[in-house]
Amino acid sequence: MFDTALTTKDLIFLAQGAGMTLVVTAISVFFGTILGIIFGVFRYQVGPWWAAPLTFVLDVFRSIPLLIQLVLANAFITTVLGIRISGFAIACGVLSLYTAAYCAEIVRGGIEAVPQTLRRAARSLGMTWGQDMTSIVLPLATRVALPSWIGLALGVMKDSALVYIVQVVELLKSTQILITRLQEPLFLLMICGLFYFLISFPIARFGSYLEKRWSND
Amino acid sequence: MFNYSFRWNQALNSLPDMLQGALVTMEIAILSMVIGIALAIALTLFRLSGNRFLGAIAVTWVEIARNTPALFQIYMVHFGLGGFGVHLSPYLSLLIGIAFNNAGYLAENFRGALKAIPETQTRAARSLGMTPLQAFRNVVMPQMLRISFLPMTNQMVWAILMTSLGAVVAMNTDLYGVTSELNARTFRTFELFAIAAVIFYVITKIITLSARLLAARLFRY
Amino acid sequence: MIEIENVHKSFGALKVLKGINLTVAKGEVLTVIGGSGSGKSTLLTCINGLEPIDSGRILVDGVEVHAKATDLNRLRQKIGIVFQQWNAFPHLTVLENVMLAQVKVLKRSKQQAEAEAVKQLNHVGLGDKLAVYPSRLSGGQQQRMAIARALAMSPDYMLFDEVTSALDPQLVGEVLDTLRMLASEGMTMICVTHEMKFAREVSDRVAFFHKGIMAEIAPPEELFGAPKDPELQKFLFATH
Repeated sequence: MFDTALTTKDLIFLAQGAGMTLVVTAISVFFGTILGIIFGVFRYQVGPWWAAPLTFVLDVFRSIPLLIQLVLANAFITTVLGIRISGFAIACGVLSLYTAAYCAEIVRGGIEAVPQTLRRAARSLGMTWGQDMTSIVLPLATRVALPSWIGLALGVMKDSALVYIVQVVELLKSTQILITRLQEPLFLLMICGLFYFLISFPIARFGSYLEKRWSND
Repeated sequence: MFNYSFRWNQALNSLPDMLQGALVTMEIAILSMVIGIALAIALTLFRLSGNRFLGAIAVTWVEIARNTPALFQIYMVHFGLGGFGVHLSPYLSLLIGIAFNNAGYLAENFRGALKAIPETQTRAARSLGMTPLQAFRNVVMPQMLRISFLPMTNQMVWAILMTSLGAVVAMNTDLYGVTSELNARTFRTFELFAIAAVIFYVITKIITLSARLLAARLFRY
Repeated sequence: MIEIENVHKSFGALKVLKGINLTVAKGEVLTVIGGSGSGKSTLLTCINGLEPIDSGRILVDGVEVHAKATDLNRLRQKIGIVFQQWNAFPHLTVLENVMLAQVKVLKRSKQQAEAEAVKQLNHVGLGDKLAVYPSRLSGGQQQRMAIARALAMSPDYMLFDEVTSALDPQLVGEVLDTLRMLASEGMTMICVTHEMKFAREVSDRVAFFHKGIMAEIAPPEELFGAPKDPELQKFLFATH
C-alpha cells in the first residue's frame, strides 16, 4: 500500500523509541507524583509563609524551559560535579522534579477544595489527623485533582520528547534519525504523531469524562 | 569542592548577545500569541457556526495540538512541509509551530469560557436586532476573552518557554539558540545556560506580573 | 398591528401553544396572565422570531415573522422585548449598553446613539448612572436599563416577559411605574405578568392563558369582575 523503504528493523527501532518514551514517562510520573504529594501536603499544612522557599524552587521549575533544565542538570552533574551518570538517569531525575513541581500545585488545590466543614466534622468525631487525611481528604481531593493529574501525566509524555538533548533516544528522536536516513519525513512523522495521539487522546477524553461526572455530584 | 573552575566572566561577557536573543524570543512569543488568539477565535466561530465541516476542522486542530508534543508540531511544520518541497526558515517554522499549538490550547480555553456565559446574553443581543456575528463580536467575545485572561497568560508563558524548541530546527537567533551557539564555541555549558535560565525566569515573571496589572486595569467591572 | 393566527407550538413532545388566535392593535396594552407552563412566555418569544412555530402564522404589520424571506434582524428593530432576566451586558457601562445596538444595528452615529440613550435612560430614571457598570446596579435598575435599551431602538411594539418576577419585592414598584408611564404614552405593549393589580390598572384587555390555550380575553373590569372561564375563576381565586 505504501511505497516505503521502511524495513522491519526500522519499525523495531521506532518501537524501541516508543518504549523509551513510555518508560521515561512512567518513571518520572511515578516519582514525580510521590514527591508532588509530599510537597503539596507540606505546602498546605505549613501555610504560604513557611513554605515560601519551597514554593519558590518549585516555581522555578515551571518558569524555565525544560530543555534548559535538562542541559543544566547534565552540565552540572557531569561537568561540575564530575559524576558519571547516564542521560537516562538525568532525564528521569529532571522530569520527576518537573512533574513534582506541577503535581504539588494540583495536590494543594485538591486538598483546598475539600470543605473545611467536612474535616472539622471528622475531627470532632475523634478521628486523628492521619485518619482525616486518608478517609476524608484523600478521596475528595483525588476527585478534584485526578483530571488535572491525568492532564499532567499526558503533558509529561509529550515533554519526554525533549530528553533527546541528554542523549536519550526516545520516539521523536528515533523518528528523526530514520528521516535523515530514509528521507520520508511526512510518512514517518505521521506514524510518530499517531503514536502520541493514540495514547493521549483516549486518556484525555477519559479525564474529561471523569471531570464531568464528578463535578455533577 | 568542585573539580571545575567556574568562568563566570567569560559567560557574562556574552550577556549582550543573550539579551539580544531574549528580544527575539519575546518577539516570537508575542507574534505567536497574536496569531494564536486570532486563529483560536476563528476556530471558536467555526464550532459555533453549526457547519459540520468547519466544526470538524476546529475539533481536529484542537485535538492534534493538545495530544501531540509541541516539538513534534514544530518538526511537522519544518520537516513535514519540507517533504512537500516547502522549505521554511527556522524562524518561520518555530513561529508557525508555536502559533498552531497556541491556537489549539486557546480554542479549548475559549470553549470553556463560553460555557460560563449564559445563552441569554446572545438572546438579548439578537432581540435587539443584531446578527449572530454582531452578537458574538460585541457581546459574547469580550466576555469570553475576559474569562480566558488567566489561561491566556499561562499560554503566553508556555509560548516563551516553547521558543527553546527552536533547537531542533537550528534556530540560532533566539535566547536558547544564541546560548547554544556560544556553548558550542566556548563549552562553558553550565555558566551560559544558568544565565539563560535566569533570563527566562525574569522574563516569565515580568509577563505574569504585567498580566496581573493589566487585568486590574482592564477589568474594572 | 400584531396578528396571531392559529399558532401551534411544541417543545419536543410537550404541546405549549394549542391554536392561539389573537390580534393586538396599535396603541393597545394587552396583559397576559396565567399559571406557569401555560405558554404565555413562549408566545412572546415566538412573536419576535426567537422561537419557531409548528403551524399557523404571526404577522407584524403585515410581515409574516416565520417566513423564510423575512429579515428577522430588521423585524426585531420594530419589536422590543424585555425578559425576566435583564441580561445586562456586563462589560459595558449603562450608557454603552443602551448605545450598542443603535450603532451596530440601526447604524446611527455615535452622537445620535448617545443622545437617544441619554434620553431613554432619563426617561426610565437612570440619568445619573450613565458611566456605571451594570454590576453596580440593583436588579430593578438593571431591568429599567434593559427597558431603556429596548426603547432606544425606537420600536413600534414592546413585549415584556414577567419583567418583575425576578426582582426583590421592594424593587418591583419602580419597574411597574416605568411600564405604566410607557402605557400612558401610547406604546403598544404586550405584558406577561403575575402582577394582577398592575394588569387591572394599565391594560386595555387582559388575556388568560391556561395549558396552551387562550381561555378568555376581555377588558380588565370584565375579566376580573365577572370571569366566565372556570379555570380563570380558579386562578383568580388562588391568586387573591
